[in-house]
Amino acid sequence: MSTETTTAVEPKRESLFSKKNRKLLTDPLDDSNPITVQVLGICSALAITVQVQQAVIMSLAVLFVMIGGNVIVSMMRNIIPDRIRIIVQLVVIASLVIIVDEVLKAYSPDISEKLSVFVGLIITNCIIMGRLEAFALGNKPGPAMLDAVGNAMGYAWILLAVALVREVFGSGAISFPGVGQVKFLPESWFMANGGFYENNNLMILPPMALITVGIIIWIQRSRNRSLIEEN
Amino acid sequence: MEYLSLFVKGIFVENMIFAYFLGMCSYLAVSKTVKTAVGLGFAVIFVLGITVPINYLLENFVLKEGALTWLSPEYAAVDLSFLSFIMFIAVIASMVQLVEMIVEKFAPALYGALGIFLPLIAVNCSILGGALFMQERQYPSIGEATVFGLGSGVGWLLAIVAIAAIREKIRYSNIPAPLKGLGITFILTGLMGMAFMAFMGIEI
Repeated sequence: MSTETTTAVEPKRESLFSKKNRKLLTDPLDDSNPITVQVLGICSALAITVQVQQAVIMSLAVLFVMIGGNVIVSMMRNIIPDRIRIIVQLVVIASLVIIVDEVLKAYSPDISEKLSVFVGLIITNCIIMGRLEAFALGNKPGPAMLDAVGNAMGYAWILLAVALVREVFGSGAISFPGVGQVKFLPESWFMANGGFYENNNLMILPPMALITVGIIIWIQRSRNRSLIEEN
Repeated sequence: MEYLSLFVKGIFVENMIFAYFLGMCSYLAVSKTVKTAVGLGFAVIFVLGITVPINYLLENFVLKEGALTWLSPEYAAVDLSFLSFIMFIAVIASMVQLVEMIVEKFAPALYGALGIFLPLIAVNCSILGGALFMQERQYPSIGEATVFGLGSGVGWLLAIVAIAAIREKIRYSNIPAPLKGLGITFILTGLMGMAFMAFMGIEI
């Protein structure tokens, strides 16, 4: 009996993982990637990609703030007056960011030191405001959460890709928390020890972040030609 | 002299875009023509010049540890700095709204030029970034904080006008199709950033 009632109700209620909702998760990974296509959230993507570790922490922070922000704003969407919505959204985001900042300061002060102002700048990370404006204000909390996860993942993979390239070529090693630096090449290959290989210090400097993202965009658009711009 | 050094540093050495990537979103979105770039650039200078000193006062008389002693010595141990993000962003959002209204009332011509850009600025990371750098670097006086704000604004204007001028010309060049638009702009900004690194370590 109970199964009958659920099947009768089914067509009206859309399941959380319907095809349309699954697209919310997968689209931002490629076709509408927040960084390379929507051009949102560039600042932090470039500034904290010197090390993979920092990029991971930053992605987690953005994931948390985005899910929280999208769900809360989506729940409040019918009671927020249109004229002051920007300030309401900023307050919601800022409160979530304060939580992230305090947690980081308490549990990993050295990472918090390295990220410096960029944790605070999650507030004005356009990817969060952009998704709140474009999606959370017009949709139910369920899909809004999926949209947040999808976009945060799209953001995270670009961040990780850039950080991986920069750290591997820039320092010749990847540092993991607890393990320390893991080197890929034997010590004797390095120039300092009479070898032939030298780390590219330019990779650690800010301009190479931009060029790396530029190249990622180039590769992505030559694979997916529908994204090519006109002029 | 101190002020001049801080100003020049804000423009060239610690350029908001080339050294810290702040305000990149609007930098990329509004740099298609020089005219709009100039408009947005001046709006950023204007808002940075106003919000950095206000946030400086807020930081030093309300938020910092022991900042409330001017009210009563009992408050010496109060530390409200965990509230700084929310206070700074509230100040910025409300100042932008206020500035928009004042400009609309008293300088309609300027409003016509800046109008559409002003609301955008509340979520421009360079403005909040200016406030957070001011907090982190602990400038000794409000004068220095203001000069820092103005210098960073001018640096931002310089960067966006330069890239807009390049983008206007590059339309006629033969760029690989997948690199057109966004991709080439990123690479150009990277190259300009390398040029700006030559200013590193300059002291006046």
